[in-house]
Amino acid sequence: MQPMAFALSPAREQQIALLLERYPTKRAACLPVLWLCQREHGWISPEVIVFVAERLDLSTAVVKGVVTFYTMFFEHPVAPNVVWVCRTLSCELRGAKAIQEHLENRLKCKVGGTSEDGKFTLLKAECLAACGQAPMIQINDKYFENLSLQELDDIIDSVERETELPTASLANETPAQNHGASP
Amino acid sequence: MDDFKPILTARYGVENNQAISVAEQHGVYSVARRALTEMTPGQILEQVKAASIRGRGGAGFPAGVKWGFLRPQEGQSVYLVLNGDESEPGTFKDRTLMTRDPHRLIEGILCSCYAIGAHTAYIYVRGELAAAIDVLEAALKEARAAGYVGARPFGQDFPIEVWTHSGAGAYICGEETALLNSLEGRRGEPRYKPPFPANKGVFGQPTIVNNIETIQSVPDILDMGGDAWASLSRLERDGGTRLYGISGHVKKPGVYEAPVGITMRELIYGLGGGMLHDDRALKAVIPGGSSTPVLRPDRKVRANKKDHPLHQWHGLSEIDVPMGVDTYRALGTMLGTTCAIVMDESVSMVEACRNLMRFYKHESCGQCTPCREGGGWLVDVLDGLCSGTNRPEDVELLVDIANNMMGNTICAFAEGTAMPLLGFVRQFPEEFSAAAQSGLPKSTRLDDSTRALLGSAA
Repeated sequence: MQPMAFALSPAREQQIALLLERYPTKRAACLPVLWLCQREHGWISPEVIVFVAERLDLSTAVVKGVVTFYTMFFEHPVAPNVVWVCRTLSCELRGAKAIQEHLENRLKCKVGGTSEDGKFTLLKAECLAACGQAPMIQINDKYFENLSLQELDDIIDSVERETELPTASLANETPAQNHGASP
Repeated sequence: MDDFKPILTARYGVENNQAISVAEQHGVYSVARRALTEMTPGQILEQVKAASIRGRGGAGFPAGVKWGFLRPQEGQSVYLVLNGDESEPGTFKDRTLMTRDPHRLIEGILCSCYAIGAHTAYIYVRGELAAAIDVLEAALKEARAAGYVGARPFGQDFPIEVWTHSGAGAYICGEETALLNSLEGRRGEPRYKPPFPANKGVFGQPTIVNNIETIQSVPDILDMGGDAWASLSRLERDGGTRLYGISGHVKKPGVYEAPVGITMRELIYGLGGGMLHDDRALKAVIPGGSSTPVLRPDRKVRANKKDHPLHQWHGLSEIDVPMGVDTYRALGTMLGTTCAIVMDESVSMVEACRNLMRFYKHESCGQCTPCREGGGWLVDVLDGLCSGTNRPEDVELLVDIANNMMGNTICAFAEGTAMPLLGFVRQFPEEFSAAAQSGLPKSTRLDDSTRALLGSAA
C-alpha cells in the first residue's frame, strides 16, 4: 500500500500563502512551514518532507537536512505531551537532576522514552533561557518554572486527567524586578 | 544605586502593557513618532553613537559603529534582523523585554529601521519561546492596525514591515551568520566572514543584526539624548543602563536593570539578595553566560603597573571590578550578556565544567572538525577524569584540546567552548588535579545545596 500523501488542514494551508509573503525567497519559509506541519501532524514524517519540498521547490534532501539540524523537529513520532527537562548548569544547580529522576519514576520511562500510557515523551533539554526560574520544564509550548516536586506532580496529574494545564509561561514569570522593588 | 530609576524596564510593572492602548498611555510610540517625523536618519545614528551602547548580545561591539558599516549600493535592500535567539546558558533577559514590553521593542525597530534605511525587519526568536512569539505577533497586529507598522508609519513615506521568525532549537543560531542562514530556511551553520553581514547578509543584502535589548534601548537613547543616556553608566565608552540576570545559588534570582559598570559583588549581594544559604560561601561565578570564563572571589586583581587598565582595582577581589566590556576583557574573562551563574562552596568545579562542556558538545553545528571533535573529546576526557582513571596528564590533555580548538574554526563557537574550559582549569587547578588523581566521589551532584528545597511529592 502506498503511504498516504500529507496534506494540511485548510486553515493551515492558508497560512502558507501568508508566510510566503514575509520573505523574498520561497526557501526562507522552510522553517515556518515545517512548524505548521509539525503542529498538524505531531512530527516530521517522510511524507511531510515530500510535501514541504514540493511546496517550496526544494529537494527532499535539502528539507531533510534542515529537519535533522534542529532539535525541535521530531524525526520520529512522539507522545502528545513532550516534556523537556532543562539540565544545563543554572537549572542543575537548582535541582534539575531531581526533577528528571522524579519524572522518570512517575512516568516509568527513561529520558528519550515514552510513558507506558503513551501520553508523555520525556526528553532532556539544553538551556531554555529560564535560568532565573530554575528548575523548570517545558511541555509542548509551555514553560513551567520554579518547580517543586509537588507542583511537578500537579502538572502531570492535570495532563493525565486531560484538564487544561495550569497557566504557564507569562503568568509564571517572575514579577517586575527592579532595584528597590521586591520581587 | 538606591536612587536608580529604571528606564528600560520602567513599564515592566504596568498591568496589560502588552496592549497598545496601555503602552501608548505610558509613552510608547511617542519617540518613534518624533524620530520618524522630526529627525533625519543621520541624527538618529549620531545619538546612538553618542550613547556608546555596546551590543547587548554578548560580544559588546559598539552598535553605532556597526550601523556605520552599512554602505548599500544602488538597488540593494537593507535589512534589520533582531537576534532573539537567547540561548547562552545563564541568559534569560531578552525574553522579558519581548513579553513585558513588546510595543517598546517594535518602537525601537521602527526607529532603527528608519535610521539604517531598512524597510523590513525580522525578529528571530528561539523556537522554545513560543509564548514570546505569540505576544510579539499580537503586538505587531495592533501596531499594523494603528498604522505604525506598514506602508506609512506615522504618515511618513517610509514603509516598514516587521516579521517574527521562529527558530527550532539550535544554540548556534545565536551566531549572527548562522542566524541569517536559519532565516533563509537553511541549516543554521555559520558563514565565513568576510563578507560581513553589513555588506552581504540575509538574502545577499546589507544587513544589521542586533540583540533585542540593543534595539529596545534605542527609544530611551533618542528620548534622553545619547550623551545623557551614556552618562547613566559608571564607565567610559560603555554607556547606559542594561539588564542583568542572576541565577544559581542566590536568594533572589531574576532579571534586574542597573547602570553599566556595577560590580559583580553588587549584582550578587545587592540585586541578587545574597547567597542562597548564608552559611555557604560564594565559590565561583560565571559572569555573563556560559562562554565567559569563571571568576573566583578569593582571587585578587593583579594590576600593579600604573598603566594597567585595572590598576585602580589592584589588590581587590575579582568580583569588585566594575562590569564593563573593556574592564572584563582586561580581567581575562568577558562581560558577555551580564547574566551571572552563581555557585556556592558545595559545587565541584570539575562537574560544573563537565555540565557546560556537554552543552557545547550537543550544540556544535558540526561544520568544523576542531569544534565538532574537540567538544566531544573534552567531554570524554572529563568523563574519564570524573570516574577516576588516575591519569594526572589528563588535565594537560584538556588544555591541549582546548588550545587546538581556538582560532581554527569558521565561527567563535570553538572559542566559546575552549575559553570557559581553560578558565575553569586556570582558576581551580587544584580541583582538576585532584579529580585526575582519584576521580570525583560517586555522590557528586550539582544540586546538593538545593535538592531539599524541592520538597517531597505527595
